[in-house]
Amino acid sequence: MKREQEYTWTDFERGYVITEPGSSREYHTGDWRSQRPIFDKERCIKCGVCWIFCPDSAIRFDAEGHAETDLDYCKGCGICVRECLPGAITMVDEED
Amino acid sequence: MGKRVGMEVSIAASEAVRLANVDVIAAYPITPQTHIVEHLSEFVNNGELDAEFVPVESEHSAMSVCTGCAAVGARSFTCTSSQGLILMSEIVYCTAAMRLPVVMVLANRSLSNPISIWNDHTDVMSIRDCGWIQYFAENGQDVLDHVLISYRVGEDRDVMLPVIVNMDGFSLSHVVEPVELVDQETVDKFLPPYKPSVVLDPTHPVTMGAIVLPSCYTETKKAQDEAVKASMPIILKGWQEFGDLTGRYYHPIEEYRTEGAEVLLVTMGGISETAMWAVDQMREKGRSVGLLKMRLWRPFPFEEFRKAALKARMLVVVDRAISYGGPGGPVASELRSALYNEPKRPIVANFIAGLASRDVAPFDFIEMVDRAEGACKKGTEPEYEIYGVRE
Repeated sequence: MKREQEYTWTDFERGYVITEPGSSREYHTGDWRSQRPIFDKERCIKCGVCWIFCPDSAIRFDAEGHAETDLDYCKGCGICVRECLPGAITMVDEED
Repeated sequence: MGKRVGMEVSIAASEAVRLANVDVIAAYPITPQTHIVEHLSEFVNNGELDAEFVPVESEHSAMSVCTGCAAVGARSFTCTSSQGLILMSEIVYCTAAMRLPVVMVLANRSLSNPISIWNDHTDVMSIRDCGWIQYFAENGQDVLDHVLISYRVGEDRDVMLPVIVNMDGFSLSHVVEPVELVDQETVDKFLPPYKPSVVLDPTHPVTMGAIVLPSCYTETKKAQDEAVKASMPIILKGWQEFGDLTGRYYHPIEEYRTEGAEVLLVTMGGISETAMWAVDQMREKGRSVGLLKMRLWRPFPFEEFRKAALKARMLVVVDRAISYGGPGGPVASELRSALYNEPKRPIVANFIAGLASRDVAPFDFIEMVDRAEGACKKGTEPEYEIYGVRE
């Protein structure tokens, strides 16, 4: 697939129709992030509150049921940190 | 040749919509467009038109319904005026960018505030850059014919753009005029069924109206600009074929008594008919004055306009809208731009007249030509003037 910077004005479908369903997955909004959430598996009680509140559906669960984030789509908003009941999530700066 | 009948122009517009056999009508009544909606709802109710009539709660919804219906492959129609157009404008821009050939009759009316239900072109000029093909009708016959022509042109696979037929509120919408109807057989010959290449269909899912990033937005807008420009040959072909079937031929710029004319009045819409009277009177007195009537506003007919205008020494452009604190009326501004690179170009005098249906009589056109001539003699290009304003 073409990179977005390679598209010329003649490359679009008429009316900018996208013929491939689910193509928004290719847009990695995680690039916007300046902070990332760090999950402490010891403190995580697998309640799924972070999964409910995440506005980007970027929370998933590992094989044991602990929450973790999909960094391709996590924008680093920190809502999960605020909502986490046992305080298992902290934000760290991306450059660290 | 069809039979000439006396008919209110709004009803003629509705008849054209019926003849075009539309699938969906979504509209909200607003003066002076109301008669079109009323008449169409009667057609649907009486079974004279097999279409879905959606009595929406606002113009924003009217355009949303039409856009969605065009996206699933339904021939869609709406009509509005003034504040209604402003309310639907958010979607108006989307319809064009999504390349969906909705047709809208716009019964032109002034914008608030103060509230005015009367006629001028301030409504359509507010969405000048919406990306629709835009015609201006001069009389009832134009309105009827251009509803049909709009579907033919807009739905052409090489165009796929929505079309506005501008019709002056009251002075056209509410008057009874002699109109020649087109018989259904001729319409069917002229207007094939609407068959878009891509439609919204759950069995073949596509995304319409998605987001684009700054890295590609410029390219999408270039594509849209080129699409509107590329519609010109199809517009001309549509007029030619319509003319071949009905005997009524249309052109982007209509010339009236322009032979050897040193001065050309330039008008758009219904006042063109009054301007013809004025030209006749001036010609009778031996004055070298003709008239250019702008029928096509978007795509702007640069070539045809220059060809017609460059023969003259002066253009007297009558605008029916105002650009506050700007360079004059929108029509004159664009005509000036179109002439800017010409080594020998006519002087452009600009009068803003006929706001909110204020009468523009033949003697007013003569007065405008006189005043423009006077300014010319002083050797200066005149500033735009709001004609007839009390000071």
